[in-house]
Amino acid sequence: MNAPADMPLVNASRFRATHEMDWKRLEGIVNRIERRGIGALTEGDLLMLPLLYRSALSALSVARETSLDRALVAYLEALCTRAYFQIYGVPTSFWTQLKDFFARGWPQAVQALWRETLASFLLTVIAAVAAFLIVRHDPSLFYAIIPDSLANGRDPSASAQALRDTLYNSKHQEDGLAVFATALFTHNAQIAIFAFALGFAFAIPTVLLIAYNGLMLGAFLAVFAAKGLGVEAAGWLTIHGTTEIFAIILSGAAGFRIGTAIAFPGRAARTDFAFTVGRQASVAMAGAVVMLILAGLLEGIGRQTVQVDLERYAIGLSVLTGWLLYFYLPRKRHVAVS
Amino acid sequence: MWPFRKRGEPKPPRTLRRSFVTPEGVDLQLELGSAGARAAAFMLDAFLMLVILILVTIAVAYLIEGGKSQVLEILWLIGFFVLRNGWFVLFEISGRGATPGKMALGLRVVARDGAPLTGGAVIARNAMREIEIFLPLSFLGYQASHQAVDAFLVIFALSWTCIFLFFPLMNRDRLRIGDLVGGTWVVRTARTALGVDIGADETMERPRRRFTDATLDLYGVYELQTLEEVLRVGRPEAIATVAEAVRRKAELPDDGDDLGFLTDYYRALCVRLERGMMLGRRRDNKFAPSVGRRG
Repeated sequence: MNAPADMPLVNASRFRATHEMDWKRLEGIVNRIERRGIGALTEGDLLMLPLLYRSALSALSVARETSLDRALVAYLEALCTRAYFQIYGVPTSFWTQLKDFFARGWPQAVQALWRETLASFLLTVIAAVAAFLIVRHDPSLFYAIIPDSLANGRDPSASAQALRDTLYNSKHQEDGLAVFATALFTHNAQIAIFAFALGFAFAIPTVLLIAYNGLMLGAFLAVFAAKGLGVEAAGWLTIHGTTEIFAIILSGAAGFRIGTAIAFPGRAARTDFAFTVGRQASVAMAGAVVMLILAGLLEGIGRQTVQVDLERYAIGLSVLTGWLLYFYLPRKRHVAVS
Repeated sequence: MWPFRKRGEPKPPRTLRRSFVTPEGVDLQLELGSAGARAAAFMLDAFLMLVILILVTIAVAYLIEGGKSQVLEILWLIGFFVLRNGWFVLFEISGRGATPGKMALGLRVVARDGAPLTGGAVIARNAMREIEIFLPLSFLGYQASHQAVDAFLVIFALSWTCIFLFFPLMNRDRLRIGDLVGGTWVVRTARTALGVDIGADETMERPRRRFTDATLDLYGVYELQTLEEVLRVGRPEAIATVAEAVRRKAELPDDGDDLGFLTDYYRALCVRLERGMMLGRRRDNKFAPSVGRRG
């Protein structure tokens, strides 16, 4: 190659002189996307982006092989990396992801957890039955299971009338109920996230958490059942509890999944298996938080306005049926979107 | 990281550079975020969250005085929940892939396989913060508020935190537990400006110094790039020292213009080494054989 006399002799400089305009343009486009999003680009820039990116990439390969200017290679590496993540690494828009979550991601994630969900459900039931029997047998053990702050007067020493009052037309807590329901939601949602995260410790803390949840359930029911209010208490619980307890069971199942995936990765490598499982289980956990929001609404509104046992059962059970249909109804398989 | 590596898989290198091949077949050589930068980014985020929390709480407390307490209380509770759980998730799920703290430090969360970052991955990596940071914190807070700080429990909480806190230092990819479960890692995507081209002739009127082959055979690529750095940083005392060393080694007279001498030497050496590279004779450092004709 015969370079003209006034061309610089260093390869990097000649190379730079030829391509610098393109790099600068790519840099400008990437800067704009990083600052204001892809919407800030003109149509022309949008069409040029992949072309400029590829030419910068090939410039990087050439520069690595022919140029000794380290700053040039470093610049091209940084530019190509930024452009790469704007082209290949950007998640689909938030609203598309949200739509996908409700249409496919969530039910699929829950379906994939069916074994763990069954285990989590059985654990809750066994713990609840055990606590129920224990407290019926020896009411003083109630205090060992449930802290005072949570019992709120609903303990074995309370009279049947006082207990009945907590189930129906509870005037004394009416004004604080909305705040209480919100506090309960945030508390429960935090528990759901914990149940998922603690799964990392080989699921042992999650097992304890789910079992404790079942114990509390059984102990409360036992207190009411002792005063002949068992059916009424169950109705009071059903209206929002089917959603709430189902959500806790599911987040526990997500935790189990993580724990077992890390403990027993099977033929896959632990790191690879941990994240394929982790990503899907976290979707189920996020779904559990959505369910808890709904449970909070049901509790805040439904408990006050619906005072008849039968209606409470009807609402609670139909909501439960709705969840079961939504999660487990067989549906057309789309191409897996992880 | 014994339990987490595939059998037979080579160990990742000790530096923070990781090979990452794009679909076009070019290795981008990603640079991972250092543990220091990650910690600084987290501190910045925690600080911002705390400031927002305090400001909102003060505002709510002020407004409650004027009635409407219930609605505000509910809003505060929900706001606190969203701040605690949503800050990291919502920022990282947006196109930037970084919280304000990470943005300030030029970091970005990306999927380890180079695919788009999914919501599931972001939620998984940030849910783990609950057991890394918030659990021991709230645990200690609860203990302190009940004035029953049990030494054993404090030690337990601290060691629990330490395990998770220093987890990134125990593996070469600087993965948090959350990164492990989410399949992500944090890379540096700082902007780098294209510096001035010291290889180009900015003025043609100044006569260029000429060097003999023997003078140029003294150094290789490593020395050339060190010289490049010296010229780019441009500290006069460094330039004087380097110029003196080169002159002594090449047995050249001092002509009083250190910068000009080094720039010319850099160009001449660069041209020679590049030419050698074209012919398949790369000279990595001064100990390697010369790129010129052998013999």
